[in-house]
Amino acid sequence: MSDALLDISLKDGRLALAASGAWTAERAGDLERRIDSAAKRARSATTVEIRMGGVERLDTFGAWLLERLVRAVASAGREAQVVDLPERYRDLLEEAHRANRTAVSAPRTNPLGDALETLGRGTVGILRDLVLIVQMFGEVAVALLRVLVRPWTFRFTSTVHHLDRVGWRAVPVILLMTFLLGCIIAQQGIFHFRRFGVEVYVVDMVGILVLREIGVLMTAIMIAGRSGSAYTAELGSMKMREEIDALRTMGFDPLEVLVLPRLVALVIALPALAFVGSMAALYGAGLVCQLYGMSPEVFLARLKDAISLDDFLVGMIKAPFMALVIGVVASVEGLQVKGSAESLGLNTTASVVKAIFLMIGLDGAFAIFFASIGM
Amino acid sequence: MDAIRTVTPRAAAFEVEDPIIRVRDLVSGFGTTTVLDGVSLDVARGEILGCVGASGIGKSVMLRTIVGLLPRRAGTITVFGADPARLGARARRALERRWGVLFQHGALFSSLTVRQNVQFPMREHLRLSRRLMDEVAVAKLEMVGLSADVCEKTPSELSGGMIKRVALARALALDPEIVFLDEPTSGLDPIGAAEFDSLIKTLQRTLGLTVFMVTHDLDSLHAVCDRIAVLADRQVITVGTMATMLASEHPWVRAYFRGTRSRARRVA
Ligand SMILES: Nc1ncnc2c1ncn2[C@@H]1O[C@H](COP(=O)(O)OP(=O)(O)OP(=O)(O)O)[C@@H](O)[C@H]1O
Ligand SMILES: [Mg+2]
Repeated sequence: MSDALLDISLKDGRLALAASGAWTAERAGDLERRIDSAAKRARSATTVEIRMGGVERLDTFGAWLLERLVRAVASAGREAQVVDLPERYRDLLEEAHRANRTAVSAPRTNPLGDALETLGRGTVGILRDLVLIVQMFGEVAVALLRVLVRPWTFRFTSTVHHLDRVGWRAVPVILLMTFLLGCIIAQQGIFHFRRFGVEVYVVDMVGILVLREIGVLMTAIMIAGRSGSAYTAELGSMKMREEIDALRTMGFDPLEVLVLPRLVALVIALPALAFVGSMAALYGAGLVCQLYGMSPEVFLARLKDAISLDDFLVGMIKAPFMALVIGVVASVEGLQVKGSAESLGLNTTASVVKAIFLMIGLDGAFAIFFASIGM
Repeated sequence: MDAIRTVTPRAAAFEVEDPIIRVRDLVSGFGTTTVLDGVSLDVARGEILGCVGASGIGKSVMLRTIVGLLPRRAGTITVFGADPARLGARARRALERRWGVLFQHGALFSSLTVRQNVQFPMREHLRLSRRLMDEVAVAKLEMVGLSADVCEKTPSELSGGMIKRVALARALALDPEIVFLDEPTSGLDPIGAAEFDSLIKTLQRTLGLTVFMVTHDLDSLHAVCDRIAVLADRQVITVGTMATMLASEHPWVRAYFRGTRSRARRVA
């Protein structure tokens, strides 16, 4: 019988319910079904009596379900008599009796409305992002001016620390990645150009492509993934734990203390890495060309003819701007983090995605600009 | 070990009959520092044990070691008659269903709402209807003194005391047999703390709850704790009732229970 939990019998309009077994969390699912069917039967009864003498154990789940039954009976216009309740459970039942008095209304949802709302919020979000990024540029510029006026306030140690992290420690991975890229581009080029017997033009292609575009762009993308995300996560978790508020109350400007050193480090590091990366890519290309039978002398001589200082400058000029984009987007996203771990993840993702997107856009704008001034 | 036992026939003061938690000669620490060195303690079934000690002495470390979050270097721990560290995944899960832990800083899941936080253990361990989970979650939140309208808030929108209460509701979500509470009343106003004490007392009386409570709250110690364990010098130096504590001649225990703050309490 202890399996039944609640024995229901209806006779002459008298509903007699006898509780048994353990009314605890484990059995709450079964008990709920019994309680609900008892509540249904109660509508056709005149009196309802619940005998609690047989329960072996009662916890808050059981107590609540009993309370639910009592309320259901009451709402049907009958009164439920609870009898034989062991004394020690009385307080628990009191607690259950007070619970759930105010109805919590779940927010209504409407699929079409929700979709429109998401779309609207998304659109506004994009505009707001642009405003925030421009605003951050402005604030950083102001902070920079302040530091220029009072150079001793510049966080030199912190900048060097970040330079080590985003610059020096990134060298191996950048070298390896761009070296492989150089190899791949050269190999693909030779493969196709060989059919026309103009293998030497591979050198032109690799030289111009690497110096103008690939060297800096791939490095910047790698740095956005490697350091931009780290910046966002750091600033975001500091925001979450009120560390940024603490800085403010102590009279520090978080921008000056946290953002500026990171940004300066990035602006110094990225051009250097882009240079190193470009060289590694050219080296890789040269190596592959040698494998395919082009002597290093020929490769170098051809490279000298094919590229000009302009090509190199075009690449290098872009690098600090890309660094700014990465740093500013990372800072904006980091300072946007709300209290939850999930928003930290979202903002970190957004930081990388937005930075890469903006960098490609910027790259296009630069391409148009350089073309029109003939570089 | 056994040799020593036979030499001292009288049971040590910390021993109780049929303990639900049994800790013997526990050594625990970080890197080269040893935080606990030879801690022995019993918690009886259905009692409320208060654990006191100076800040930074290792109360939280002890709690975390008992529930198996920190590795121990030596000693034995038995909870419900089994060593949690030696259990397989299934048995361990079954064990964890029978205890609830309230962390010192709440440790609420930041990306879930308050209601989801309280429902989380139910969702994982029980198979209940959505309606029942909602109702029980709200009932638990009301029991710990919150109103139903905090349900849809996220932890970052709560005050410090509210976080403590939600964390308590979550620790109690499955009606566990043991709750480990790390400073449950810190950050609550005195009235809230008193309500909390009476809730714990009610649960102890009705559900037979066993409570292991780290606390600095002298009022809580007076009002609800059956026994008090004092942690000092990396060990549990005394265990006993409030009367034992008041009679103790250990300088720290004296300063703690008979210092200015506790006197002010008795005068008031
Ligand atoms: N993750 C950790 N790594 C290294 N040391 C730690 C770590 N956590 C705690 N400690 C050290 O262990 C000791 C005990 O810390 P614990 O948190 O247990 O103190 P407590 O008694 O709970 O103090 P309080 O009352 O302030 O909460 C402290 O000296 C602390 O520095
Ligand atoms: Mg602690």
